Amino acid sequence: MKMLKKAASVALAAALALSLAACGGDNGGADSRDPDKFYIGGIGPTTGDNAIYGTAVKNGIQLAVDEINEAGGINGYQIEYSFEDDQGDAEKSVNAYNTLKDWGMQMLVGTVTSAPCVAVVEETHADNMFQFTPSATSVDSIQYENAFRMCFSDPAQGVASADYIAENGIAKKIAVIYNSSDPYSSGIRQTFEEEAKSLGLEIAASEAFTADSKTDFSVQIQKAKDAGAELVFLPIYYQEASLILAQADTAGFDPIWFGVDGMDGILSLDGFDASLAEGLMFLTPFTADSEDEKTQTFVADFEEAFGDTPIQFAADAYDCLYVMKEAMEKADVTPDMSISDICDALKTSMTEITIDGLTGTQISWTADGEPSKEPIVVQVEGGKYTVLK
Amino acid sequence: MGMSFISYLINGLSLGSVYAIIALGYTMVYGIAKMLNFAHGDVIMIGAYTALIAITQSGLPPVAGVLAAVVVCTALGVVIEGVAYRPLRNASSSLAVLITAIGVSYLLQNIALLVFGPNAQTFPSVIKWDGVSLADGKLNISGVTIVTIGACILIMILLMTFVQKSKQGQAMRAVSEDRGAAQLMGINVNGTIALTFAIGSALAAIAGVLLCSAYPTLTPYTGAMPGIKAFVAAVFGGIGSIPGAFIGGLLLGIIEILGRAYISSQMADAIVFAVLIVVLLVKPAGLLGKKIQEKV
Repeated sequence: MKMLKKAASVALAAALALSLAACGGDNGGADSRDPDKFYIGGIGPTTGDNAIYGTAVKNGIQLAVDEINEAGGINGYQIEYSFEDDQGDAEKSVNAYNTLKDWGMQMLVGTVTSAPCVAVVEETHADNMFQFTPSATSVDSIQYENAFRMCFSDPAQGVASADYIAENGIAKKIAVIYNSSDPYSSGIRQTFEEEAKSLGLEIAASEAFTADSKTDFSVQIQKAKDAGAELVFLPIYYQEASLILAQADTAGFDPIWFGVDGMDGILSLDGFDASLAEGLMFLTPFTADSEDEKTQTFVADFEEAFGDTPIQFAADAYDCLYVMKEAMEKADVTPDMSISDICDALKTSMTEITIDGLTGTQISWTADGEPSKEPIVVQVEGGKYTVLK
Repeated sequence: MGMSFISYLINGLSLGSVYAIIALGYTMVYGIAKMLNFAHGDVIMIGAYTALIAITQSGLPPVAGVLAAVVVCTALGVVIEGVAYRPLRNASSSLAVLITAIGVSYLLQNIALLVFGPNAQTFPSVIKWDGVSLADGKLNISGVTIVTIGACILIMILLMTFVQKSKQGQAMRAVSEDRGAAQLMGINVNGTIALTFAIGSALAAIAGVLLCSAYPTLTPYTGAMPGIKAFVAAVFGGIGSIPGAFIGGLLLGIIEILGRAYISSQMADAIVFAVLIVVLLVKPAGLLGKKIQEKV
């Protein structure tokens, strides 16, 4: 027995030494890069709470990369693509960024969620690397001039939601349930409430929950109910939203539910009772049910490749690649340019292009990285997403 | 106002009953094996997944699903104890077992991630009963809450009787008191501690099913936070004391809900822990920690 233990520890020590040696040997980076290829990296959560988003982005990029490579690449150069998991965690995201840099990344598509993006943008800013996030919505996640985004910012989503509710006279008395430990959620909530008040809507209750207490929502629901809210605004992700819908149903509370892009995916939740979400509305730039031909082709290709209906995050990620292609072609970017030169060239050309994508038409960018496009509102009807606007 | 207070109280009771049933498992293991089994929350998660698979994929009736979860968790508990904790029991530092427990916790989470994937699953309602409706339907006590509290009380009584009256219970108390002396008296210490883990893990399976019935989403991380809160509940009530875990769990749930309702929805957890600090300052052994001479 003792011998066995000793042998095991020796084997373990040897394995450790080997793995360390492997680390030392891999100086990677620019040296091992193929000079005739663009190295594009992606970061997002493919495991953990927000895995649906990360996986969608990973696959969306993959689809676009394959298409672009097939059609001859960008400026005649093929794309190499690698995606790292960050579990939606800021620290792991920075580690993922460093891993990708070792791999040879020249441009980053990511990160998927806001909090990690805020951390990673500090790194890309320091390295002057071009960063393009498909879906990080918080203002700070693209606070430097090297970073752009494909989706709406939090303030834009909050304002657009309030405008939509007021313009269509959906409700006068509104309750908000938000995640105060998440910058995405509290960011949207803040601009939503400001805009709603300025439009004469009443915020009857505004109740928070945190990442550590996101199973029991009875108090928040009770308060919204007691306040007589006709509509409950949920600037949160679908997972908590599904619990809120179920608990409100138990409590006999049936207001109009209104969400933002984080709600996209609620119907794909395993075992979720879709009747709970009946009538739920949310703001999103993309829906797989659109009649648009471009969308239909994308949805069909995506389903064939990954066996899953694409959500907005996949469409955003797919668009990212085509936007980058356009911007890189405009600026004549080649793989032999330094990371910093590519970034500087794209900083200018991004503001000069206008593109029709899956997530909007005639999309253009300002120098601060914000896109300009129109949102659409989707409603759940008979267990399916239907476009309202 | 009065009506919402009562309904907050009921919600607190329902949250607290879930904490209580998890805390019973914590306190049981701590009381006898004198170790904090931080993997307890994750055994709960495994139990819930087992029940989920048994019910939705194998089409077993809910009761059989719960039984399957109990069997799997009991086996898992005994294996974890034998493989991860027993070799370290006589290690020079008691920290070694604690760190191992944290390691086991992450191991279980990651295995679950690999096997079941990261996406949330919706848990089927095991308890079909709608519960009781009072005051013209203004107050609803859900069936899950009533069953959970009932199960808690029943388990508490069974555990106390077992520990006080049975021969194995006597051995447990002896091991808890002085492991070395118990061994000299011919008690099989390893067997007794393995039995403790078996019982604690069987409780975790039941807790998992009740937790997921009350809050019907299941991910590999489902057990983590309730596990920590239940640990707090066990300390609150006096860790090692079986009725203490029950009372601690209920109070913790009620304080959390009332704090969220009347003080601040953002500060609920801070309030819970502030109350814990005050209780520990006044009664360092927890609410019931002192009154009971022999722990467990």
